[in-house]
Amino acid sequence: MSSGLLFAAVGCLLLVLGVGGVLLLDHLVRRILAFNLMGSGIFLVLVGLAQRSGRIDPVPQAMVLTGIVVSVAATALALALARRRYADSGSTTLQDKARREDRHD
Amino acid sequence: MSYNELLPLLVIASSLLPGFIIFILPERQIVLRTMFNLLGAVTKLWLIGLLLVGVTAGEQYGFRYFLAPNMELVFKADALALLFVSLSASLWLLTTLYAIGYLEHAPHRSRFFGFFSLCVTATMGIAMAGNLLTFFIFYELLTLATFPLIVHRGTPQAMRGGTVYLAYTLFGGALLLIGIVWLNQMTGQTEFTQGGILAATDGISRTHLKLVFLLLIAGVGVKAAIVPLHGWLPQAMVAPAPVSALLHAVAVVKAGAFGVVRIVYEIYGIEFAQSLGLLLPLAVAAAVTILWGSLRALSQGDLKRRLAFSTISQVSYIVLGVGIFGTAGTVGGLVHLVHQGIMKITLFFCAGNYAETLGIHRVDEMDGAGRRMPVTSLAFSIGALGMMGAPLTAGAVSKSWLKTGALAAQMPWAIWVLSASSLLNMAYFLPILYRLWLKPLPAAWPHEEIPVNGVRETHWLLLLPPLVTAVATVAASTFSDAWISPLTFARMIMGIEYHTPP
Amino acid sequence: MIEHLSTPLVWLILLPLVWATLAFCLGPGRGALLGLSGLGLQLLCAILLAVEVAPKQTVTHLVGGWQEPLGILLVADGLSVTMLLLTQAVSLPVALYAYSYLKQGQHWFWPLTGFLLAGINGLYLSGDLFNLYVTLELIGLAAVGLVVTGGAAGQVTAAMRYLLASLVGSGGFLLGVALLYGCFGTVSIRLLTSLIGSQAPLAVWLAAAVMVAGLLLKTALFPFHFWLPPAHGGAPAPISALLSALVVKASFYVLLRLWLGPFAGFVSPLAWLPALLGSLAILWGGCQAIRAERLKMMVAYSTVAQLGYLVLIFPLFGTGSHAMQIGLLQATAHGLAKAGMFLAAGTLVKASGSELIDGIATMAGRLPVTLFAFGLSGVSLMGLPPSGGFLAKYMLIDAALAVGHIWIAVIVVTGGLLASIYVFRVLRLAFLGPGDERQVALQPVSAVMEWTAFMLAVSAIVLGLAAMPLFRLLEGVAG
Repeated sequence: MSSGLLFAAVGCLLLVLGVGGVLLLDHLVRRILAFNLMGSGIFLVLVGLAQRSGRIDPVPQAMVLTGIVVSVAATALALALARRRYADSGSTTLQDKARREDRHD
Repeated sequence: MSYNELLPLLVIASSLLPGFIIFILPERQIVLRTMFNLLGAVTKLWLIGLLLVGVTAGEQYGFRYFLAPNMELVFKADALALLFVSLSASLWLLTTLYAIGYLEHAPHRSRFFGFFSLCVTATMGIAMAGNLLTFFIFYELLTLATFPLIVHRGTPQAMRGGTVYLAYTLFGGALLLIGIVWLNQMTGQTEFTQGGILAATDGISRTHLKLVFLLLIAGVGVKAAIVPLHGWLPQAMVAPAPVSALLHAVAVVKAGAFGVVRIVYEIYGIEFAQSLGLLLPLAVAAAVTILWGSLRALSQGDLKRRLAFSTISQVSYIVLGVGIFGTAGTVGGLVHLVHQGIMKITLFFCAGNYAETLGIHRVDEMDGAGRRMPVTSLAFSIGALGMMGAPLTAGAVSKSWLKTGALAAQMPWAIWVLSASSLLNMAYFLPILYRLWLKPLPAAWPHEEIPVNGVRETHWLLLLPPLVTAVATVAASTFSDAWISPLTFARMIMGIEYHTPP
Repeated sequence: MIEHLSTPLVWLILLPLVWATLAFCLGPGRGALLGLSGLGLQLLCAILLAVEVAPKQTVTHLVGGWQEPLGILLVADGLSVTMLLLTQAVSLPVALYAYSYLKQGQHWFWPLTGFLLAGINGLYLSGDLFNLYVTLELIGLAAVGLVVTGGAAGQVTAAMRYLLASLVGSGGFLLGVALLYGCFGTVSIRLLTSLIGSQAPLAVWLAAAVMVAGLLLKTALFPFHFWLPPAHGGAPAPISALLSALVVKASFYVLLRLWLGPFAGFVSPLAWLPALLGSLAILWGGCQAIRAERLKMMVAYSTVAQLGYLVLIFPLFGTGSHAMQIGLLQATAHGLAKAGMFLAAGTLVKASGSELIDGIATMAGRLPVTLFAFGLSGVSLMGLPPSGGFLAKYMLIDAALAVGHIWIAVIVVTGGLLASIYVFRVLRLAFLGPGDERQVALQPVSAVMEWTAFMLAVSAIVLGLAAMPLFRLLEGVAG
């Protein structure tokens, strides 16, 4: 297995973890972290798969840089919304209050 | 664009544009609104006059326009179209006059007259449609434009009537749409052509053609109120009297009956439809509707409801005429398209007069009204006698042609149906006439709104239209051989459809 | 330098970016005027571009003169120009409406709308997959921002759900891009189309699967629609209009591009899948709209249903019908009609002070223009003639019957009947007489709000009478 494929395989693993987190977790900050994990996974797949031939390919590097910028922006927006949600309703999840209290206790 | 292309479009525009202008006009601009309304109606009649002269001289009028690839909007003003167009346009003028008097102090008149003009526009489109797609477009437009009129009063009953109307007509529209697309798939075109388009095509499954016929006839049958698709018509009678006139005589039920005529004669072709065995079931459905409508009318205490069931029965005379294979039956059906319109609008105008002037809504409140409102009652009596098929009225002409047709087509049962219907008509109209003329005046009217003013029993705008149509009812029979009469015109159309002079 | 700026292509992306940034700096007052004039210029650019594209079929532009693959190639063909025209034609009246409608949210509305439109226009002009990803993300972020401009707690929750769904969707898309780049070393749609044949390796199948799934999530196709009704129904009316009319169309456009381009060789046996989901969307969305109690929720569920029609065309590709044109016609008709309906609904809610459907009682006599707008939009959504919606649905039934897909025809007709139930359920209330106990005192609404909605609704109707230019524009598009 070349190093590129290894990167890609690890990326896939991170991706699966990330998607699982976004979909299944309750706490908003955890979900946002999971989204970042998912993004990193995809970037690894992108860089890893492109470098199988051994030589450095600049195009995916440029793409990943752009992708990182996008995901930083998305994270910032998500965190702002999560803070707002907390300020409005004191809740750190998207569920309504009754259900959240069931979960926490 | 040539003159012959422009003329049908102008006929449509002559009610569409006034409609748009009326929508925009503020409520209080009564004079301006009335002016545009009448201007549109008179212009339309004049344009139709031009068309009539041209068509009798053998001119072709038509217009084609691509909406999308393989979807063509086609108008053609042929003799059959003109029969319907001239009926609707003349009655539109009268109904507009009537409505101006009837709604004198009612709210939302801009909206009312705007939609009224749209309804007439849709009817013109239906009449002059040159293919099934165009027919469908205006058929649905008619549904949309009548809804606000039916619910115009804004009462819960009006809402119920409007909802029932929509449920029936939109469902019927869906059936019609499927039928049209399906037929288009099989034949590649759905243009209305003399003698039909199907006889010339080979290799189409006859079962499929029968199914499509069922879909199409069910689709137009909803508006024509063929049993069991008639449920909306008695519900819709809660609308103001001019709207009832529109529904029963000018536009809606006529559009359905006209659709039956177009589909049978110009899509299937009368000979081909006969060879598929489709005419007999159609005639039977019509016969059932005729009897059912008359029977139900007997037990209605509400005057307009009784008239509504009477319409269900009378409109199917037209369908029966189509179902009777042969020239005479068809002439009877076509001429009844016009005659029924004239007679039924007279009755609804009069019913509106009784309601507006004296607050009479029920049959048992009509005692002695003939002495209080002699002119209205005279018009009502002529209309009712016409419905019964009494001599010297338009109804007699239709019935005699229908009976001749039934004899020629060896359908003696149809004659029995027509006679039974005449008897039933007498059974539900004669008691009204008896009450009108022979019963003594009551102590007080239910709700007298317009007092007697010299010889004028009610508002003159309410009086004039029924008088005109009552006179027309008699004239259509007395002068049935004149070159301008509906009968002459119907016979001319028959000559074209059957390729033989009748 | 000059020749790079002389094409309307670039200005369609630059203009909104410029006025959005300036509006952010200048504040809502002058920013709004700048935004409105910018939108006017954009509409002009889109029309110029359409005139340029119509005879040549395709117009391309290399941004800054840099060659591919590091440079960005902008491509405009009939498909993209149609969507661009729709976008500018809807956003101008919506922005006018917003100018008069929004009170507190103005400060954020103009910059965010500018970025949203830059993203949408950029997406339609992209010639490569990665650029599509970036614009999809830009659209998603700006749209989420717009949903919360009202600032209510419900909007924040809806926006958060929307954001997470959107991020997962574009994540799936980016994974697909990564896989395709790994296989072929390019992200150019044109090159990929020629490289991917009918025998696709597993990685390409996987890429197609995650990209399509991600795009369906962003398009809110049933059963991925869960995020749409609260976001579209909860946002302020002009923003709902932008989201429902334009934003969901963007991801649908990408789906269409991929389906007709790189994936065309091998996905056609699976075309029934999106169509099946579309059918369920039509039925489910229709039923939910009938059951809705709040007016804007009803309109939002109607969007769920109408999006279903867009994907019903997928089994009809390659059958000799005008499947792609039908899809675009439906997208255009829905865009115009839905924007008109959301704006009208916003006016009605504002005037009556009630979000419930009952608030519309007796409005026919009091806000006739708005009610007309609502009704005319409804006519197009129901697919009744004459309207763009009618043409699309008629042609869809026709094309479906031609290849024996009777079920599609049945779904289309049923969907139309469901739509007529939910539209007339609202309209009939409006005609109730003044004596009705549900009548409330009216808040004043501006004429601009009434007439912008009306113009949009009327254009949906007029589209039904003048659709031939659209068909001519789409004639040369592959697929």
